[in-house]
Amino acid sequence: MANIKVDGQLVEVPDYYTLMQAAEAAGAEIPRFCYHDRLSVAGNCRMCLVEVKGGPPKPQASCAMSVKDLRPGPNGEPPEMFTNTPMVKKAREGVMEFLLINHPLDCPICDQGGECDLQDQAMAYGVSGSRFFENKRAVEDKYMGPLIKTSMNRCIHCTRCVRFTTEVAGISELGLLGRGEDAEITPYLERALTSELQGNVIDLCPVGALTSKPYAFHARPWELSKTESIDVMDAVGSAVRVDARGREVMRVLPRVNEAINEEWISDKTRFHWDGLKTQRLDRPYVRKNGRLQSTTWDEAFATVAARIKQAGNRVGAIAGDLSAVEEMYALKGLLASIGSGMTDVRPAMSGIDPSMPRSAYLFNPTIAGIEEADAILIIGANPRREAAVLNARIRKTWRAKGIPVAVIGEQADLTYPYEYLGAGFETLADLAAGNGAFANTLANAQRPLIIVGEGAVSHASLGKQAGRDTIALAAKLASGANVAEGWNGFALLHNAASRVGGLDIGFVPHNGGVCSADQIAMAGRGELDVLILLGADEYDTSAMGNAFVVYIGSHGDKGANRADVILPGATYTEKSGTYVNTEGRVQVTTRAVFPPGDAKEDWAIIRALSGVIGQPLPYNSLSQLRSAIYAEFPHLARIDQITPGSVGDLATLAGAAIKTQSAPYKSRVSDFYLSNPIARASAVMAECAAMASGMRQAAE
Amino acid sequence: MLADKDRIFTNLYGRHDWTLAGARQRGAWAGTREFIDSGRDWITNEVKASGLRGRGGAGFPTALKWTFMPKVSDGRPHYLLVNADESEPGTCKDREIMRHDPHHLVEGCLLAARAMDAHLAFIYVRGEFIRERQHLEHAVQEAYDAKLIGKDNIHGWDLDIIVHHGAGAYICGEETAQMESLEGKKGQPRLKPPFPAGMGVYGNPTTVNNVESIAVVPEILRRSGAWFASIGRANNTGTKLMCVSGHVNRPATFEEAMGESFKDIIDKHCGGVRGGWDNLLAVIPGGSSVPCVPGEKIQNAVYDFDGLREVGSSMGTAAIIVMDKSTDIIKAIWRLSAFYKHESCGQCTPCREGTGWMMRVMERMVEGRAQKREIDMLFEVTKQIEGHTICALGDAAAWPIQGLIRNFRHVIEQRIDQYTYSSTSDGAVPSIAAE
Repeated sequence: MANIKVDGQLVEVPDYYTLMQAAEAAGAEIPRFCYHDRLSVAGNCRMCLVEVKGGPPKPQASCAMSVKDLRPGPNGEPPEMFTNTPMVKKAREGVMEFLLINHPLDCPICDQGGECDLQDQAMAYGVSGSRFFENKRAVEDKYMGPLIKTSMNRCIHCTRCVRFTTEVAGISELGLLGRGEDAEITPYLERALTSELQGNVIDLCPVGALTSKPYAFHARPWELSKTESIDVMDAVGSAVRVDARGREVMRVLPRVNEAINEEWISDKTRFHWDGLKTQRLDRPYVRKNGRLQSTTWDEAFATVAARIKQAGNRVGAIAGDLSAVEEMYALKGLLASIGSGMTDVRPAMSGIDPSMPRSAYLFNPTIAGIEEADAILIIGANPRREAAVLNARIRKTWRAKGIPVAVIGEQADLTYPYEYLGAGFETLADLAAGNGAFANTLANAQRPLIIVGEGAVSHASLGKQAGRDTIALAAKLASGANVAEGWNGFALLHNAASRVGGLDIGFVPHNGGVCSADQIAMAGRGELDVLILLGADEYDTSAMGNAFVVYIGSHGDKGANRADVILPGATYTEKSGTYVNTEGRVQVTTRAVFPPGDAKEDWAIIRALSGVIGQPLPYNSLSQLRSAIYAEFPHLARIDQITPGSVGDLATLAGAAIKTQSAPYKSRVSDFYLSNPIARASAVMAECAAMASGMRQAAE
Repeated sequence: MLADKDRIFTNLYGRHDWTLAGARQRGAWAGTREFIDSGRDWITNEVKASGLRGRGGAGFPTALKWTFMPKVSDGRPHYLLVNADESEPGTCKDREIMRHDPHHLVEGCLLAARAMDAHLAFIYVRGEFIRERQHLEHAVQEAYDAKLIGKDNIHGWDLDIIVHHGAGAYICGEETAQMESLEGKKGQPRLKPPFPAGMGVYGNPTTVNNVESIAVVPEILRRSGAWFASIGRANNTGTKLMCVSGHVNRPATFEEAMGESFKDIIDKHCGGVRGGWDNLLAVIPGGSSVPCVPGEKIQNAVYDFDGLREVGSSMGTAAIIVMDKSTDIIKAIWRLSAFYKHESCGQCTPCREGTGWMMRVMERMVEGRAQKREIDMLFEVTKQIEGHTICALGDAAAWPIQGLIRNFRHVIEQRIDQYTYSSTSDGAVPSIAAE
């Protein structure tokens, strides 16, 4: 700890603190452009200049100088810094003037207007008139792909975007070319950036040089109502803010959540929002004479109820990737009331057995815990595509500590180097048997992190047993002899927001029910009369035979196409839904807008249907429903918290007999941009996907 | 005036053999082993006693700089980086050393490396220097072949020397930018602290010294620090390579004692100012980045660090640019502004934006196409740059203009009046008044 006087006020701060942090600790605000908490220090904007006593006799960049760089006074007085002296004010005004002389000052037509750092700080340090009578610099706009719009005249060369892409995103596709006045931020080759995190440079850009292309000229920040919510595009559950105007979602921005996404979000999270408005199911449909025809809720319910009554308990239900806990719980209750246990939230052929303990399907070490790991093994996952933000955390850990990383499965560019061990189950078995150098690394690790992808436990081409055996071997690797007390390194990386919530409430086969693949097979054979798809679009709809398919969901995707009755539901921005992320963290979305047309919240649809069937579910409001859920599953009431699985379960899992010989691993997310019905409805995501596949072809 | 026997660079004009054999005849590599054996502290103390101040421009005491290196290595290797990126306009001294006396530098590297416990020295040679690099590389190879340097050499101190070729950017003469460039990155200055002695090349303790500072070390050790200190005034000791260009009768690079009068130096080595001393307008006494001094003020100035500070300038690299009364002083300074605008690295705001602004205002002032109040504005802009940047290039760009305004304000005002007077009513005077 060190003492420092900030504007005469004595504070005690750790000596590695920068002057800027010390000033903040003392409550003095320091303006900045280039400095960012999560990026390396550049010190180039010079806006954060302060006056120091005990250092050089000129203004110092407070972001770059640390408290221990200052010398105490002759009698051991603590060093002093000043943030509000005339010298500081003059220095900052000078810098502001320099920043503005070549800035176009086109705020009225700039998308950043209203949330622009330069605009805000010019209020404090700008002067009213300009003394610059020369021509302003003109810089050609750059092409950075379909997501980032550039207006390079506005650039102030803070290099935040360059540092983000190289440090966090792990791509070297942005840089500062040229020198002096002619320096330009450029993607070098006028090509789209290839990172799944590139949208974050829009937030990082302190001016309007990099703005959102899809959002361009759509709204002003002060017109938007801002709703804090949770992302459901992947199983990470990033904290987001949904900005809406009237009934429309205009954009999605990240919120800070240190435990999950820090302050980054993936491009799918940020740019899928146009998919919330297209391909929407906004009224009920009933298939008549082979064609879906719009109808009333009454008729739709009556049709479904008649079929269910006819079917007895030959009714199955499959929940899709975006379903919230509430509607799955209600649907499970509905099926229970007619004596069916045919529910499943897992992908076809999942190795996650309903009998397994909770720690078998959680990302036990937690996302923040990745930073504590000292060796990482990735099995059958491509975290860059499946959970881009989580992948950034792995990269961060690798950058900070240089930990060994190894991969079994697909060989892909993960933005950090890794040792490639092999393609499938046999490699894992070999590793678990203690063969190879990496087996040693894992055995010696105190905090090994074994990331098991959904593709390694739930893949139609694998079969259930291979999935189960993968879990067993991974659990064995995670419980080496040197593992630190209390560390649970078994980490299952799910691909869908609904998965853990569904598993938690037992939306899996029970009471004689069968799994999703078997349900579909039974439907194909005519042994299942009614199949309810709760937003389930990732299954083989062509194999459902003559079963009567009810689709409850928001988008006209694969499921709706096959459906005999469509009951239009709400997306995550239109309802308050509970989601449990891959770590087991319970989070709740907030309604930002209302569902379009006649669409209703999904749990309410199921509740209404239960009434028509004559088996009304025992709750009439969301709060009653939640009370019922919390009574049965108390851990779901602990919002934003993780109820951890037991470490002791690893040994049980590891003890299972291995029956599989070999099986290939393949990530379940083949196209990052098109992994769920909302993203598939988004034109922006389609463009990104086309571009990504085109680039892949070009590269091959 | 410097006696011939006190000259350090005895082959400055390349009239003798510059290779190892010739250098040995002139005394190089004599007794080196003894100096090495005397140890790190002895070398440092001897250089400290000599009062040697860095010859790269800032004039920081060389021995003091060496003492900043860690006394005991924490496991990281120490490096010596010799700054041979001589690009300051007007300066042409290091190139003469590399061309004609390269063994002074190579031997100096070995001794300096001993004084900082370094086993690896880099010499960063300016991109445009072709022959200089060839000679230097040849000299280094000769030294390797004769086992003067390298592993297990006859001096008992292992030293490898790597001659690195820059790509011709002025900013890479700044020590931290040079380290970035040496590491293969874009030459942009680093933030200080951490200072190079703590975290330099590849994050290891590094000392960056000018070619001349290193090249004089062997002679200092051979003849003792006291000898070097006996030349010149206190705190401004020793001999110095000076390069005179511009309006003198015989422009030259030569070695001279410090503390002589400016007038004597020019008269002796350059045959006086073109057209006589009365024709002298101004002098830039230390390379492009120091303020110019009016002729009448510099004539009797003592030419050393302190003497030039007294006349409001500084000795810099001892590159003297003499301008007689035929010079358009505004245009001359504008040319320097254009240089700094071109060479600014673009990293930090004041320099990136300010150098272009200053150059453009200067451009108008050359014609007189400006308002008189813009002179004060320009001065303020230079003050807004000075001291607010990461490296000293911002200061270097600001000082020439400050010197111009301080000393030749009347010339600028005259030019503006002239332009206004000869303008016509159809708008030949640009409408700056439109605001």
